[in-house]
Amino acid sequence: MELLKRLRQSWLLKPRSGVIAIPYVWLLLFFLVPFIIVLKISFAETEIAIPPYTDLVTFDDNRLTIDLNLGNYAYLFSDDLYLSAYLSSIRIALVSTLLCLLIGYPMALAISRAPASTRNVLLLLVILPSWTSFLIRIYAWIGILKPNGYINNFLMSLGIIDDPIIMLHTDFAVYIGIVYAYLPFMILPLYANMMKLDHSLVEASQDLGASPFTTLMRVIVPLTKAGIIAGCMLVFIPAVGEFVIPELLGGPQTLMIGKVLWEEFFNNRDWPVASAVAIVMLVLLIIPIMWFDRIQNRQTEEA
Amino acid sequence: MRFSFSKMMLWLGLAFLYAPMLILVIYSFNESRLVTVWAGFSTKWYGALLENQKLLDAVANSLKIAFFSATAAVILGTLAAFVLARFKGFKCSTLLRGMITAPLVMPEVITGLSLLLLFVAMAQLVGWPESRGMTTIWLAHTTFCTAYVAVVVGSRLTEMDMSVEEAAQDLGATPLKVFFTITLPMIAPALVSGWLLAFTLSLDDLVIASFVSGPGSTTLPMVVFSSVRLGVSPEINALATIIIGIVTSLVFASWYYARRVEKARLREQRALSQS
Repeated sequence: MELLKRLRQSWLLKPRSGVIAIPYVWLLLFFLVPFIIVLKISFAETEIAIPPYTDLVTFDDNRLTIDLNLGNYAYLFSDDLYLSAYLSSIRIALVSTLLCLLIGYPMALAISRAPASTRNVLLLLVILPSWTSFLIRIYAWIGILKPNGYINNFLMSLGIIDDPIIMLHTDFAVYIGIVYAYLPFMILPLYANMMKLDHSLVEASQDLGASPFTTLMRVIVPLTKAGIIAGCMLVFIPAVGEFVIPELLGGPQTLMIGKVLWEEFFNNRDWPVASAVAIVMLVLLIIPIMWFDRIQNRQTEEA
Repeated sequence: MRFSFSKMMLWLGLAFLYAPMLILVIYSFNESRLVTVWAGFSTKWYGALLENQKLLDAVANSLKIAFFSATAAVILGTLAAFVLARFKGFKCSTLLRGMITAPLVMPEVITGLSLLLLFVAMAQLVGWPESRGMTTIWLAHTTFCTAYVAVVVGSRLTEMDMSVEEAAQDLGATPLKVFFTITLPMIAPALVSGWLLAFTLSLDDLVIASFVSGPGSTTLPMVVFSSVRLGVSPEINALATIIIGIVTSLVFASWYYARRVEKARLREQRALSQS
């Protein structure tokens, strides 16, 4: 009896725990456990079989063998392709994030200063494109940038250029694609942060004779730091692993790690190397991801 | 004169966002197969879309997956958001918080690969799922959509006035009753927008679905992607126009509706305060 009572009082059997358990177990199983499996398979070897990798742990003849193959990681670091793909992904994502911030910050500022009635419409106009298909918005740029596309046709009909400018399948096109696709994700957190801004501080700075630019740089920007960080992380982290944009707009010389992983998996069918690529990418991104986590949670706690 | 720079940037930015879509729409009515050269008005590419059986099947698949993913994600995401907002500081709540925010930024190739490897490992261990297809895409989409729904619902829950819930509880309502009669109606708008967000995210996903799909479960983005890889095509322009048209009219309809509800509420409040 005593045991039964204790059992009923234990946290495991409270109805509250049941409510907690449903999303918890789902996310553990479908979000966290998969990463452990990726880690495991990154230590396996490719094999022509279904599934195409070797087992790490085998048990026969009373002998337990744990076979960790570090070859995939050694391969990643010995082949220049992977190293330069990581570096150029980070470079492309960094530049695109900066461009998004430079374009998005004044846009968010203008929306937050608009009269209340038009503010919602403007915000809606910014969000609306991201509700339509991502793939199709990237596709739109193929027609614009290609050698006989709209820009080249227009410039040639005016006689400004004689030969088409090569823009499609270059890094330039990839930058445009990333900025275009991710701009709304930069503007939203910036706008949310600016709406919380204490206006009396801005007025105080102006009353004390600061120029609009000084007010912006020394009052508004520091006060919206959380929004800047959140927006930058929302652009930078997914952009590092982007596949669709470099695949459609980039050229053969555009190295991005998301594309390398895709090709390793789908074209070479090398699951262990693809897993190692993913694990190294995660290690690179874990600090930005945790930073984003902290900013995000601090905001919900403040509210 | 002040802030005119930011205003100018706003209009330039909006032009940058909308010009490519506008061009897509205009050239979907182009007679010529050469998408970028205007050769007269025609709606024949819309007709061609309706005869493309592969595309229509993919649309049906995508709609089915999106409907069930959004529905499951709203249930799971609301539970997660509720648990985080109301049961503060339970065991391992930081981990749950992390598992809600991390999917928002996780590169899709990593999510896709990890889920595929999970399904393969599960098939080996427990014999399920036997093959990959609609079910595995549904599981994958539900998981990443849950995170988005939890964020949308969570922000509504934190800004909501908790005193009403507390009052109901003080008057003797059980927690379950409080949730269904007080909390749920108050967060209903967030559930609707969360569902719509999840629905569009699922409809739009190419990368994750490509990893976890199987034979017979081709979704719309996969069909579009394999066609787009070969270059521009007027049929894709027509499809884009239809998608843009549907999304725009739905978004503006819901915005108009929300504005009317808000206005009616304000009128009611004013009438009450005057009487």
